[in-house]
Amino acid sequence: MDAFITLLTDFAIPTAVVAAIFIAIVKFALPREVRTIFKRELTSYFTSPIAYVLFVVFLGISNALSFFFTGVLEGGEADLFLPYFQYLPWYLVLIAPAVGMRLWSEEQRLGTMELILTMPLAPWHAILGKFLAAAVVLFGMLVLSFPIVWTINYLGDPDNGVIMAGFVSTYLVALCFLAVTCVVSAMTRSQLVALLVSVALCMMLWLSGLPQISEFLTNMKGGWLILWPFIKLANVLGVMPHFTELAKGVLGFRDLAFFITFIAFCLFATSVVIRLKRA
Amino acid sequence: MIEVEDLHKHFGSKVAVDGVSFTVKKGEVLGFLGPNGAGKSTTMRMVTGYIPPTQGKVSIDGADIEDNEIAAKAKIGYLPEAAPLYSDMTVEGFLRFAGEMRGIPSGDLDAAVDQAIETTFLEPVRHQSVDTLSKGYRHRTCFAQSIIHDPEILILDEPTDGLDPNQKHEVRQLISRMGEDKAILFSTHILEEVEAACTRAIIIDRGKVIADGTPDELKARSSNAGSVRLKASGLAGSGIQAELEKLSASREVEVISSDDDGIEARILPAKGKGGELGKQVSGLCQDKKLSIEELHVEEGRLDELFREITKTDSDD
Repeated sequence: MDAFITLLTDFAIPTAVVAAIFIAIVKFALPREVRTIFKRELTSYFTSPIAYVLFVVFLGISNALSFFFTGVLEGGEADLFLPYFQYLPWYLVLIAPAVGMRLWSEEQRLGTMELILTMPLAPWHAILGKFLAAAVVLFGMLVLSFPIVWTINYLGDPDNGVIMAGFVSTYLVALCFLAVTCVVSAMTRSQLVALLVSVALCMMLWLSGLPQISEFLTNMKGGWLILWPFIKLANVLGVMPHFTELAKGVLGFRDLAFFITFIAFCLFATSVVIRLKRA
Repeated sequence: MIEVEDLHKHFGSKVAVDGVSFTVKKGEVLGFLGPNGAGKSTTMRMVTGYIPPTQGKVSIDGADIEDNEIAAKAKIGYLPEAAPLYSDMTVEGFLRFAGEMRGIPSGDLDAAVDQAIETTFLEPVRHQSVDTLSKGYRHRTCFAQSIIHDPEILILDEPTDGLDPNQKHEVRQLISRMGEDKAILFSTHILEEVEAACTRAIIIDRGKVIADGTPDELKARSSNAGSVRLKASGLAGSGIQAELEKLSASREVEVISSDDDGIEARILPAKGKGGELGKQVSGLCQDKKLSIEELHVEEGRLDELFREITKTDSDD
């Protein structure tokens, strides 16, 4: 019973509050055009099988792996970072592009791009509406992974604040991957191409933040230095260190700012790609 | 309402539209004719603001399509050539989406959707998924989307494409009816459609306007306008043919049948003499005391004009 109340106060209520704030923003603060696109896009996720398939795949992979391979139970610690959260971005490298790949490529394949872009709305209305719809699907995915939280609370007495930080940082990484997918899917009418290219880019984005790469940069010598600026840039854009900091419960303003800037930049890049496509 | 001024579009080194200008006023239905690849769709895409022009200006009821994009687009209803639809929606769901995007208040949305469904005869498929529709229904669903907000300006890219003859007839009637209080620009390659629905027509080829006028004016420009159909007897056919060929207004005599006692032929006018040929032929018949069984002057045909002025260009 105690565990139940803890779960309610530590997770269920904060999640419900965030969801309520989001709904209020969509309903009252966003322009009608964004809301209409958002609604259509979200409905379309759930009238086709894709949202359900992705839910099952994501929850299946993340829970199965954490119980059977990474030893959430054998660790002897009531903690989720090492056995659970540090692996989530690896799955999201695949899952987030799968959620976002259709956003713009489907629009181009069907030709409906011509329809919505000749309606009285600014391109950013459509970009934001679509991004938010996919973001809600990813949010739903993380919410549905609550059994692992329940398990760990049932078995031990974890620091739920840190677990919540793990979810928040995982979600921010997922949104970064989604934003990259947005740009890529605006470039092609093929969902498969959008998926493959986005997975590759997200993988690079994730791996380029590896500590080994930072080390490599400091030890660079001779002719290799020509490559230094490029590798440095990739390293700076790497999401891994920001994720790790936030997930450990260190609420750093710099890390938050990194995620927000990165997402905003990608959405802007999407609008540039769409403008170039039309010209 | 629609003012297009010196519109150009280049795709790389390819010139798709090369200095097109026209205006469509309220109460006018402008037919946009041209062979495939002439630049019809590209022009329409620039007029609706989907692609930016390389050069030139489009103004929609005073609002520039580039500088004042949203105000201009709000006044237009547009049916793209491919009639694109979201395949995962129902017909009604799609129309509600289009209505909401157009800013129809939620209280009026039901009525607007009903009206659009009724006008385009979509009632039987109202709750059907777009995925399962036949081509004709898909086309009409997209058409319904373009009129849902009762726009002042309608731009329709081949609105009768994929419809059966009855539906084509309905849509043409619909266009001429709506044309009474809207400005309509529609493209087609079916010439009878222009005569049935347009108050004015433009023929474009290789990105340029090559003819502009009412359907009657255009027909009169056909080089065979004023040709004479004659069936007469009283003299050997070959003799009549020789006389006809001597007329100053005749260019060519197409003999349909000829025997010892008469001729049936189509006499084509010499350039610019279409108006005189009829008189000359009937004068000849009186002089030679021929008995006329049939004589009538043909008005020009749009398809002839179309072939004449676009032929040289389609060689390459």
